[in-house]
Amino acid sequence: MTLGELTANLIKILPLCIVIVWACVILLVDLFIPKERKAWTAILSAIGLLVAMGFSIAQTGVDTEAFGGMLVVDGFSQFLTILVLSTGLAAVMLSYDYLNRLGIQRGEYYVLLMFSISGIMLMAMAADLIVIFLALELLSIPLYVLAGFARPRTDSEEAAIKYFLLGAFASGFLVYGVAIVFGATGYTGLTDILQSIQGGSVDMSLLAIGAALILVGLGFKVAAVPFHMWTPDVYQGAPSSVTAFMAVGAKVGGFAALMRIFVTSFGVLAMDFTAVLWGLAALTMILGNVVAIAQKNIKRMLAYSSIAQAGYILMALVPYGQKDVIVDAIAAALLYLIAYAFMSFAAWAVVITLEKAEGEGLQLSDYAGLGRKYPVLAAIMTVSMLSFTGIPPTLGFIGKFYLFRSVVEGGFIWLAIIGVLTSLVSAYYYLRVVIYMYMQDGEPVAQRDNWVYLTAAVTGVGMIVLGIFSLPLLKWAYQAAISAF
Amino acid sequence: MDFLDFLLHPLTLVTFFPLMGVLIILFMDKENKTAIRWTALITSLITFGISLWVLMLFNPANPDLQMVVDIPWIEVAGWEITYLMGIDGLSILLVLLTTFLTPISILSTWTAVEERVKEFMIFFLLLEIGMVGVFLSLDLFLFYVFWEFTLVPMYFLIGVWGGPNRVYAAVKFFLYTMAGSILMLLAILWLGISQGTFSVPELVATASIPGNIQIWLFLAFAAAFAIKVPMWPLHSWLPDAHVEAPTAGSVILAGVLLKMGTYGFLRFNLSLFPEASVKLAPWIAVLAVIGILYGAMVSYAQKDVKMLVAYSSVSHLGFVMLGLFAINSQGIEGGILQMINHGISTGALFLVVGMIYERRHTRDMDAFGGLWKVMPVYAAMTLIVVLSSMGLPGLNGFVGEFTILLGAFGSKVLNNPWFAALAAVGVILAAVYLLYMFNKMFMGPVDKDENRRLFDLNLREIVTLVPLLILIFWIGLYPSPFFNLMEASVTKLVESIQVAAMAGLP
Repeated sequence: MTLGELTANLIKILPLCIVIVWACVILLVDLFIPKERKAWTAILSAIGLLVAMGFSIAQTGVDTEAFGGMLVVDGFSQFLTILVLSTGLAAVMLSYDYLNRLGIQRGEYYVLLMFSISGIMLMAMAADLIVIFLALELLSIPLYVLAGFARPRTDSEEAAIKYFLLGAFASGFLVYGVAIVFGATGYTGLTDILQSIQGGSVDMSLLAIGAALILVGLGFKVAAVPFHMWTPDVYQGAPSSVTAFMAVGAKVGGFAALMRIFVTSFGVLAMDFTAVLWGLAALTMILGNVVAIAQKNIKRMLAYSSIAQAGYILMALVPYGQKDVIVDAIAAALLYLIAYAFMSFAAWAVVITLEKAEGEGLQLSDYAGLGRKYPVLAAIMTVSMLSFTGIPPTLGFIGKFYLFRSVVEGGFIWLAIIGVLTSLVSAYYYLRVVIYMYMQDGEPVAQRDNWVYLTAAVTGVGMIVLGIFSLPLLKWAYQAAISAF
Repeated sequence: MDFLDFLLHPLTLVTFFPLMGVLIILFMDKENKTAIRWTALITSLITFGISLWVLMLFNPANPDLQMVVDIPWIEVAGWEITYLMGIDGLSILLVLLTTFLTPISILSTWTAVEERVKEFMIFFLLLEIGMVGVFLSLDLFLFYVFWEFTLVPMYFLIGVWGGPNRVYAAVKFFLYTMAGSILMLLAILWLGISQGTFSVPELVATASIPGNIQIWLFLAFAAAFAIKVPMWPLHSWLPDAHVEAPTAGSVILAGVLLKMGTYGFLRFNLSLFPEASVKLAPWIAVLAVIGILYGAMVSYAQKDVKMLVAYSSVSHLGFVMLGLFAINSQGIEGGILQMINHGISTGALFLVVGMIYERRHTRDMDAFGGLWKVMPVYAAMTLIVVLSSMGLPGLNGFVGEFTILLGAFGSKVLNNPWFAALAAVGVILAAVYLLYMFNKMFMGPVDKDENRRLFDLNLREIVTLVPLLILIFWIGLYPSPFFNLMEASVTKLVESIQVAAMAGLP
């Protein structure tokens, strides 16, 4: 590859380059920023993310590949890139004041965050199993560190080690799966694999084993049952701003890879894998929602809720073998990822305002009286809970409606029935937060932090406005889904 | 249709005008309770005025949908969701009932709600938007949005301003109702996917759904509506919700929210699934009659007046369901009128109960006695309401129930006079429990000291009740204007069901 070709390739993936290079630059610059002026690090990283987002938006309509087909830049990757950069931006906004409060303000936090973001961006563009593995590690390793960022708090350290050990296992599964798929087909590129399968000389059972292992590896990342064990402890132990990012970002990355791999390469395995995915989705929805009922700690509750939400998104993959449904299903998943990002960040922003040092202020009972004392915060939390439940006119409702539509269209009525029934179950625990906020008396104290308030307000208003005027988002998601084919 | 046309369209205004009030109240000081109350009241009165304007524009001779608003809303990737609203003889009275009861309910909260008045009024006005939207929307998606949305403000009204057991009642209300509506959601999705549209008029005109699938869809829709009505045996959320809800909440709950269920049967089940409706009508009628008798008997057993009124709703709405599923003009017209009657009479009963509760802070019948002597105006008004609720000739309840019974007797679909005969027993039972209650509370000597010094109704309370009393007499003595409004649409509906069911039957 000549220098000219290299440059041309790098320009195609410019947003990713910006984030990575910028992260390295901040790592150096941060050394010269005194401890009490760390706000600059946060601002610099936010600027980097914004610039990258600008370049990503400028790539609208581009449909090309880079590095010999290992990366693709299309509407699908652009959609997820913008989503992830917004997620990162929201995470920075939630973080700065919160880190000060916990006394863990260190510059490398933002650098690690940006590296993780770049991993997810790479995941969105990856069209080769090796790159997917690379992206998975790039997204995960900074997150392991971030989970333990509140050291020497033991639960944070526990979260980090747990996340690392189980994450390493997951990576192992993924690599093993990649190796087996390579053994079966002789390729790692997703389209090459497809052609090899169509060529007809592939050992199908070997391929299926490989695909199953890849599914397990990515299942860990999106926290699908039965690979969800790490989620509650890690979500609870990690600093809340990290959890907020992890809950959305890691899922976006995992689902990006799942959708890309299965839709592109493994269509031929649909007979078997539809049933597997059906079971995974059903189990995830049921277990996530049912166990969430028993939680008294808001972070744990949101952890189980995020497991359940992963189940809803997994539903979209179930009809992945049906050519006429899959575009809709992928679009539904993409839309729901956006909805999920909005709801999660709204909820986590409220959690962060109420969290106090030493992990206090995280019980559901600490939310008593919020409606009276902080009506706006309580209203935002309420909208978020209703959106999670899928009550109109919120974005969560549109997202679920679209998901259920693709599932019913694919002919999986029973899965849809499980989906709506578990939504009913979820109403119980989401409403409990509302009960505490409005129907119990208490004296909660919220930290005043304009950036967190801004995040909460934007996501809160966004959930309703985009829930009513959802056409642009739907169009965007649909275009993105089409471009992936 | 450009934006301004849409904004000033009578149906848009009647649905969304309360939003103006919400926005104004949002920026008012929460300590300024009187101003907030007045803002809410005036908003709802203007909304009522707009609904009267809609009534003036409405042409009763036209059986079709009128004043249709049809705007593409979400049309991408095979979604065909339109913002489709319209009004016809089936819905106009219910819209009027909603806008009529809302200011009355707000007036009833003047002194009853002292806590968090600001939020109360916001939720109340939001609820009005949802209810009117339910009656006007003709796109299944849009309908579902409004339908499900009404849960939220009602949940708060019960949960925040309700009685001692309010949280339990609110959650039960929410989960019960949602349980039904999610099944309806799946049916809506199935219809939308298989027929390519969510528009109800289009579905009625073009849909061809095989008989056995019609039954499933009918049942899925019925799950949502039967819980809302509520039909026996799905009624157990109702007494809790009613007893715990604040008076205004009960009035709206009984007066309008329950009608959303019966209206749903009328608008969706009967029109969309005519074959299934004809097939399942006897079963629905059986449940309706059980509800009539069961509700009446359980009412008689209550000591709490509010509980009595709550159970009487189960009984009265049984009549509505029986009328609707007689599937002939008389039955359906009687059913619609009875929806209005029940809204007026039971709404008034809840108001009356609320007034005495505000004075004595108990609703136990045994705590009262001889109130006639202490509060003559209150007693006289209560008597009229009670008589109307039990169906005394000359008052509104009689006209509705009588028409329903006629319809049920002559129904070819039910084809069994026993339905009407048993339902008629319900009328007698209603007289028993209502007069028993009246007798216990108002007649006899004043034997409790606490009751001696109760003051009679004040002007505001009289103003709250008088409009309802006027309607009670008006419908009772001269019901034909009300029947005229619905006649053309009902006739068309019955004909279309007959045509479709004939085609489907051997």
